[in-house]
Amino acid sequence: MRRGILAAGPIRPRSHDPLDIRSLREDFPILRRTVQGKPLVYLDSSATAQKPRAVVDALERFYLTESSNVHRGVHELSLRATEDYERARVRVQQFIGAADEREIVFTRGTTESINLVARSLGDQRIGRGDEILITEMEHHSNIVPWQLLCERTGAVLRVAPVDDGGELLIDEFENMLSSATKLVAVTHVSNALGTCNPVERIVELAHSAGALVLIDGAQGIVHERFDIQRLGCDFYAFSGHKLYGPTGIGVLYGKLDVLESMPPFLGGGDMIRSVTFEKTTYNDVPHKFEAGTPDIGGAIGLGAAVGYLQRVGMDRITASEQTVLTYGVGLLESLPRVQLVGKAGRRSGVVSFNVEGVHPHDVGTILDQEGIAVRAGHHCAQPLMERMGVSATVRASIGCYTLSEEFDALAAGIRKAIEVFD
Amino acid sequence: MSDLRDLYQEVILDHSKQPRQFRALDDADVSADGFNPLCGDKLTVFLRNAGDRVDEATFQGSGCAISMASASMMAEAVRGATVAEIEALSQTFLDLVTGKIDFDAAAPRLGKLAVFGGVSKFPVRVKCATLAWHTLRAALDRRDTPVSTE
Repeated sequence: MRRGILAAGPIRPRSHDPLDIRSLREDFPILRRTVQGKPLVYLDSSATAQKPRAVVDALERFYLTESSNVHRGVHELSLRATEDYERARVRVQQFIGAADEREIVFTRGTTESINLVARSLGDQRIGRGDEILITEMEHHSNIVPWQLLCERTGAVLRVAPVDDGGELLIDEFENMLSSATKLVAVTHVSNALGTCNPVERIVELAHSAGALVLIDGAQGIVHERFDIQRLGCDFYAFSGHKLYGPTGIGVLYGKLDVLESMPPFLGGGDMIRSVTFEKTTYNDVPHKFEAGTPDIGGAIGLGAAVGYLQRVGMDRITASEQTVLTYGVGLLESLPRVQLVGKAGRRSGVVSFNVEGVHPHDVGTILDQEGIAVRAGHHCAQPLMERMGVSATVRASIGCYTLSEEFDALAAGIRKAIEVFD
Repeated sequence: MSDLRDLYQEVILDHSKQPRQFRALDDADVSADGFNPLCGDKLTVFLRNAGDRVDEATFQGSGCAISMASASMMAEAVRGATVAEIEALSQTFLDLVTGKIDFDAAAPRLGKLAVFGGVSKFPVRVKCATLAWHTLRAALDRRDTPVSTE
């Protein structure tokens, strides 16, 4: 069998030893660069993760050796591109443990995945008086598509509250479920606070109420291995670029029977079986939802990213990240004039904080001068910021390559910010 | 660090910690809201007019040190100025923070406001410095006074 672009390397962890972060960092050439003359301290992986060489190599090989369109050509390059594009789909299927590769729809990212569901399933099944239940900790991309759907259909958007620590009040959530609830859309992990939601319990409760469940997995899929079939959600949306893949590619996982029952989202090439001016029949899933030429290179790059993660081992990544994050949270908590925002018992990837007397943007600028990249602002979660009683925060977010020492650099940068403002 | 000191000059830090003219104006003739959706900075600028002059300018809001200091110093600077004078001042300020003119060219016309010259080295912070001025312009526009966009 031909060794395709994605065939390189065994899909097995290299070992069960703890992750050697320093040697793993060698796979990420960008981490060697300097910023403002100082070593880059990249604490903005929740915005976008850096890419391992394996991903960039896969992109390069696609564009330099087999670039062509998929699903239509009779020629060699097109066959190869189609094969690698579809192999990437299988890679993603295996990565999340989906039952069938047809459950993997390639999109542009989490936002498009959510909008696809809101437009297709939403317009088909949700009507006046129906309810969509979300939470206070959603990213704008898991709020606005539902607001638009409510405007179109007369449905009602309901919002389950979080407590002062930024954790979902699960009892309140449960009380808000009723026979009117048609869809529950909840984030797996809060992008602003790092709170891990009890998604299995959420799915169970929502399903007993007869609602479908969409999980916004943009931040959830990147930090730990999970089994989508055990989770049992109807949809799971995520982006490639936060998962060490390229920008411009994302995934909507949907249960096969649900996807099959849904009308198309965008119309165009590739999503049809036959077209006449009288009647068009649609292609099968997932192609029904992939109108137009897809981001072939992006999908192949994403396939390479999940292949890389499987080789490294998601469990080792989780263990390593939890150690680094626990260190970082402890260190920040110990700093005078630093207040953490969000105190969830289970957190992933993110620590959000404020420095007394220094606005987050000023902290961000001063840290940048030290070569430290963080995010400062409302993190596209304005309602959550309001709930937490802040207008903005500084967010440090980590990836598989983050070292504990990078939090030491952050702490030194924060001390500098305090100095500047004293 | 020197770029940082250029950005966060003493005067700017002072105004950000203790903003002047920081209050609502009950007898304002016009007010306007300014919002930087990217970072969440929010401002309201209040103006009271007397003849063709701005007799009193105040503001309220929240934001970073640069946006707060800029609003504070702007409110002080425009008191007693005519609309034409404010437009000229505003343009010079925008030119300075976007690096179109340097500190030496701006200083004679801007006075104390020239301390914002350091912003030009931080392109992502230009919007913080100009938010108050854009809001002021919106307030003046609402009064149907012609405001030059150039």
